[in-house]
Amino acid sequence: MIHSLFLVNASGDIFLEKHWKSVVSRSVCDYFFEAVERATEPENVPPVIPTPHHCLINVLRQRVYFVAVIQSEVPPLFVIEFLHRVVDTFQDYFGVCTEAAVKDNVVVVYELLEEMLDNGFPLATESNILKELIKPPTILRTVVNTITGSTNVGEQLPTGQLSVVPWRRTGVKYTNNEAYFDVVEEIDAIIDKSGSTITAEIQGVIDACVKLTGMPDLTLSFMNPRLLDDVSFHPCVRFKRWEAERILSFVPPDGNFRLLSYHVSSQNLVAIPVYVKHNISFREGSSQGRFELTLGPKQTMGKAVESVLVSSQLPRGVLNANLSPSQGTYTFDPVTKLLSWDVGKINPQKLPSLKGSMSLQTGASKPDENPTINLQFKIQQLAVSGLKVNRLDMYGEKYKPFKGIKYMTKAGKFQVRT
Amino acid sequence: MLNHCFLCRNEDLKEMLESNKESLKLEAMKRIVGLIAKGKNASELFPAVVKNVASKNIELKKLVYVYLVRYAEEQQDLALLSISTFQRALKDPNQLIRASALRVLSSIRVPIIVPIMMLAIKEAATDLSPYVRKTAAHAIQKLYSLDPDQKEHLIEVIEKLLKDKSTLVAGSVVMAFEEVCPDRIDLIHKNYRKLCNLLVDVEEWGQVVIIHMLTRYARTQFVSPWREDAVFDENSEKTFYDSEEERRVDQSKPYIMDPDHRLLLRNTKPLLQSRNTAVVMAVSQLYWHLSPKHELSVITKSLVRLLRSHREVQYIVLQNIATMSIQRKGMFEPFMKSFYVRSTDATHIKTLKLEILTNLANEANISTILRELQTYVKSQDKAFVAATIQAIGRCATNISEVTDTCLNGLVLLLSNRDETVVAESVVVIKKLLQTQPSQHSDIIKHMAKLFDNITVPMARASILWLMGEYCEHVPKIAPDVLRKMAKTFTSEEDIVKLQTVNLAAKLYLSNSKQTKLLTQYILNLGKYDQNYDIRDRTRFIRQLIVPNEKSGALSRYARRILMAPKPAPVLQSAFKDRDRFQLGTLSHTLNSQSNGYLELSDWPAVAPDQSVRIVEVVEPLFLCVFNSNRKQKNGNAVKGESRSENESASESSLSESSSESGSESGSEFDSDSDSGTGQKKNTKSKPVMNLCCILICMCNIWHPFLNITYLPPQIIQKALLLIIITKLFSIHIVLSFSNQFVASCRCSLLRLCVFLACQFDAVSWHVRVSLQASFPVFVPETSHELLHRMTGKGLSAQYRFTRQPCIYGNSMVSLQLTLSNSSDQALENIHISEKSSTGQNIHHFNAIGELHTWTCGSVLFSFSTKEDEFSVSIQPAVGELLVPITMTEADFTKEKLTWCQKANQPIHFCVCISRFAGKTVGSGCLVLVSVALKDPDAGITINTEKTVMASMLLRQVKITLTNSGP
Repeated sequence: MIHSLFLVNASGDIFLEKHWKSVVSRSVCDYFFEAVERATEPENVPPVIPTPHHCLINVLRQRVYFVAVIQSEVPPLFVIEFLHRVVDTFQDYFGVCTEAAVKDNVVVVYELLEEMLDNGFPLATESNILKELIKPPTILRTVVNTITGSTNVGEQLPTGQLSVVPWRRTGVKYTNNEAYFDVVEEIDAIIDKSGSTITAEIQGVIDACVKLTGMPDLTLSFMNPRLLDDVSFHPCVRFKRWEAERILSFVPPDGNFRLLSYHVSSQNLVAIPVYVKHNISFREGSSQGRFELTLGPKQTMGKAVESVLVSSQLPRGVLNANLSPSQGTYTFDPVTKLLSWDVGKINPQKLPSLKGSMSLQTGASKPDENPTINLQFKIQQLAVSGLKVNRLDMYGEKYKPFKGIKYMTKAGKFQVRT
Repeated sequence: MLNHCFLCRNEDLKEMLESNKESLKLEAMKRIVGLIAKGKNASELFPAVVKNVASKNIELKKLVYVYLVRYAEEQQDLALLSISTFQRALKDPNQLIRASALRVLSSIRVPIIVPIMMLAIKEAATDLSPYVRKTAAHAIQKLYSLDPDQKEHLIEVIEKLLKDKSTLVAGSVVMAFEEVCPDRIDLIHKNYRKLCNLLVDVEEWGQVVIIHMLTRYARTQFVSPWREDAVFDENSEKTFYDSEEERRVDQSKPYIMDPDHRLLLRNTKPLLQSRNTAVVMAVSQLYWHLSPKHELSVITKSLVRLLRSHREVQYIVLQNIATMSIQRKGMFEPFMKSFYVRSTDATHIKTLKLEILTNLANEANISTILRELQTYVKSQDKAFVAATIQAIGRCATNISEVTDTCLNGLVLLLSNRDETVVAESVVVIKKLLQTQPSQHSDIIKHMAKLFDNITVPMARASILWLMGEYCEHVPKIAPDVLRKMAKTFTSEEDIVKLQTVNLAAKLYLSNSKQTKLLTQYILNLGKYDQNYDIRDRTRFIRQLIVPNEKSGALSRYARRILMAPKPAPVLQSAFKDRDRFQLGTLSHTLNSQSNGYLELSDWPAVAPDQSVRIVEVVEPLFLCVFNSNRKQKNGNAVKGESRSENESASESSLSESSSESGSESGSEFDSDSDSGTGQKKNTKSKPVMNLCCILICMCNIWHPFLNITYLPPQIIQKALLLIIITKLFSIHIVLSFSNQFVASCRCSLLRLCVFLACQFDAVSWHVRVSLQASFPVFVPETSHELLHRMTGKGLSAQYRFTRQPCIYGNSMVSLQLTLSNSSDQALENIHISEKSSTGQNIHHFNAIGELHTWTCGSVLFSFSTKEDEFSVSIQPAVGELLVPITMTEADFTKEKLTWCQKANQPIHFCVCISRFAGKTVGSGCLVLVSVALKDPDAGITINTEKTVMASMLLRQVKITLTNSGP
């Protein structure tokens, strides 16, 4: 399975290596560097790179490449999924998974990797179990440890490992018992030139933050479960109960986790909450181009559209852009040709617009493609699919927890072709 | 200098390691691990580090382990010093320490210790802790890679571990199996069903491995389910059936899927909902390779869902979808829009999406796809544009309706400013023109005009080839192009030169008058070219076309050789041949067989023996309930035997008492809980399981209906007490005994079968006809889940309607409850708690009768153990509340007329005409069901006075009939 792991930063330095079987020389990464060089963008590096004796499978997260060395047949997704799980664990432990964070916590990282894989096969990947084995570094704990000489490493096998609920640790205690659920929906859409929708889908997740004492058994029911077309669950959700009653019944892990991700059936029409009016044109022969962009709300169910961010990759021929926004700020990077406009909140009375001209390279011909516009936005307190949580009940424990549910709609991959 | 510094630093690390202070040592180890992580060599510290292997500080110890594993291979002699520490640790009471000792011991790649490792693995494989056994499974692979000669012994261990019932072990041992002995399929037979059933509870990584293994297994053991609808993929059909004859044989008998095959498909399906993308992919490939074609569609949604995941996941999933979409367009067609390209996608994702869109194209959707492709052509990513043009070309050849449209579009692209776009268009147009050259001479002319501006060699070569091939269509232009080429011949790329020679030869043959000199000139240039290939080609062409005395017969056929009509190229998907690999594998991704790839075999023509998978009952303990022989009139007891997987000395003691049993003492009912607290000293001894075994002896039955005994187990402290109390008769014999035996299974699994009687409302209802209750014809074996073991903290309960008359009264329905304990602790004092819901009475284990009305409202009650209480509810199907009665046909019709309450509804697919008479258990009210066949429809009529029940019953009957119909 996974033979070795190399962590490579954006400038191509290997800053961590770990071997689970015999040692593989780091020169194997030369093939990877070649591939990086060939790719124009970091994202374009192929995830699977064959070399004469090994195979390199890499993932890119936060500008760090995680390169796994494989020697024999293994499902590639197995490795990719695992690497992402490693990154998620690091994020869980250190807040971020950057080069600096890994370097600062190299011992914990090593201990974690040691626990997560044995002989290249995943051993413990549940965050709750790992946290019992190796406690996350906090400032307080570091101080205490240096004074008392105690360690970050647990001496007992986490009880979760053997129980029927491996994702939950035992002996959880809180003074305030609370369970929060965030229903976050993302709209993926492609809007064509004329403003009509080519494709639109809603993908949603329910992220939970559960801090409950003991072994609570929760059930969550929806007003309209039929909306959910395709779902994937955290392992804690009882599948049979869902199949039979459309109720989510689960013993939750402790802390943050993703309870459910779902897809709203594509038959339903998706309400597109924002429209974009654009006029981007280049004239043949002249070194100037016009740029006009206006945003406006559409089908927002009375909620405000916030944190709007417009970004667009302008054609290579554009030298500079001279624009004036009616609100917010814009930046244009003349090297990457990336225009981004931080709009903020859309005021329906006074629609935000960005107007001005672009200067083109003299002599260069008119770019034959108009740029696509990528849109980001957030709408609080709205689940655009109309999904509603009906109720949340807790069994198995006596106290009354504090429950909270929040809805939010975001733009996923939202593109407007011009 | 640097080196010196480094040495100095190591010196102080050495000092720190040799100090007495734990904290200093730890600090030193942390720094050493930092060195290892950076890839620096810290091997010379080995002696200093290895001394600390026996440290009490667990973190220090772990870091030393990390160091050891890294450098042991280099410093074999010194590494041996640490072995004894591990051997000691292998006997540690703490399972975590045992496991990590085994992990490190097996990771030290020193051949000398192979026998020690072997011993340790064998011992750990029988460890009480599943965690240690899991580690043992991992160690098997390590030992195998260190010393393949141990294979035979390791297979023995694998065989043993495969029998393990712990979900923790299953994944790891299958992994070891795949690595060590993937061909020993015979080891799987006995464990197949167990693996299928455990699968949902195995950790996600194990699931992936098991699913892949089971896919391979199933392909060797079951016959192909792809028979009826083989029409679906005409391409692959041939490969499945070797000869026509065989096929006819196959089709002669209807295909019935092996129940084990079905079991696998059924048990893997919920895993499509997993959050782990690897699991979803694994299940998808399993369905792709094993399921009947019409069931395949379930995987589509899940695969499309994965496209929302990380970039790398998308890449792999799209590759697999590309392969699938070639064979089965229909699967992904409804999701076509999910494959639309976004400008933010990485290039390899874009090309894959394009590939899939092209595969999905058909007459119906081609216009949508072409419109989409048109927008892609304008993209800034030129590599992607090139791929789009190729995709358009493929659409044009595959769907003849749009060939012309595509061709026109491509010709327009010829005036594009970007060179790669033009070049790609030329190449694609060339391929398209080959299909119908005569109609397109103007396109060829157009391209000739562009020729001067195109610099990409491939495109130039393509135009030259076109000129030569269709020189008859452009008789004026072709010689002119040749003339231009003659001028620039020396500065052209090789590929262009070759095509120039080609063009010259073809023109010489068709139009020698104009081009003879030009050809001579070009052939001369070619003769002295630097490239071998071109010199060779020139020599060959010269011999072929210029007749001389040596050339012989061949030159006579020169025209036929060079100007032969050439078949148009078939533009194929790059994923065409990838289906030779199992989907989801590395080999499939790379499109070349990788190390250790295990071929998926073809379906066997005849299924191997199915019985190999049959496993004897392996319940370590269960309680048998026997119906006494009805003919026996006197106290002959029938004895149920407690069987266990392993040998068990089950002593049964029989004690007879009228109403209560004496408590058998002497057996301890404490479960063996090894929660790692180290209280267990004697790890070597076989786990002792204290089992309370209950054998129930049936009394002789006096009443014909009361042939079922009721077992109320009440576990009071250390003995098991069984009390049987009946209201009506007090002739039951209670037997209780406990016994102690040794079993390898650690969990004390207590399974009790309890017959629970629900008493229903005893409203005396005047029964009009004296009706004789009869016995049910069919009693379903399926039991329903009442309490899941997760909810019940180990206690699980299942219920089933026995459809037997109840001993507690004619107005009760008997219900069989199966309780099992899957935790590792004893559950004590299981009883039904008093807090029962309204209006319904349950005959308790310890005989407390309560009431239940006839209504279909669910029976609510709760289980209590010593600590916990679980509420459960049973919602019986209406039909379960009926008792069949025997009735003459005349009576039936008469009764039918009496009761006008009837509901009628036509359904399809009815099997035959049948009548059923019954009465509700609770109130004894008559229910008549008749199903009449009126071709092609059928009618169900239900006559009863209770309208609500009639409609509920009708609905259920309808559903059942519709489902069971052909």
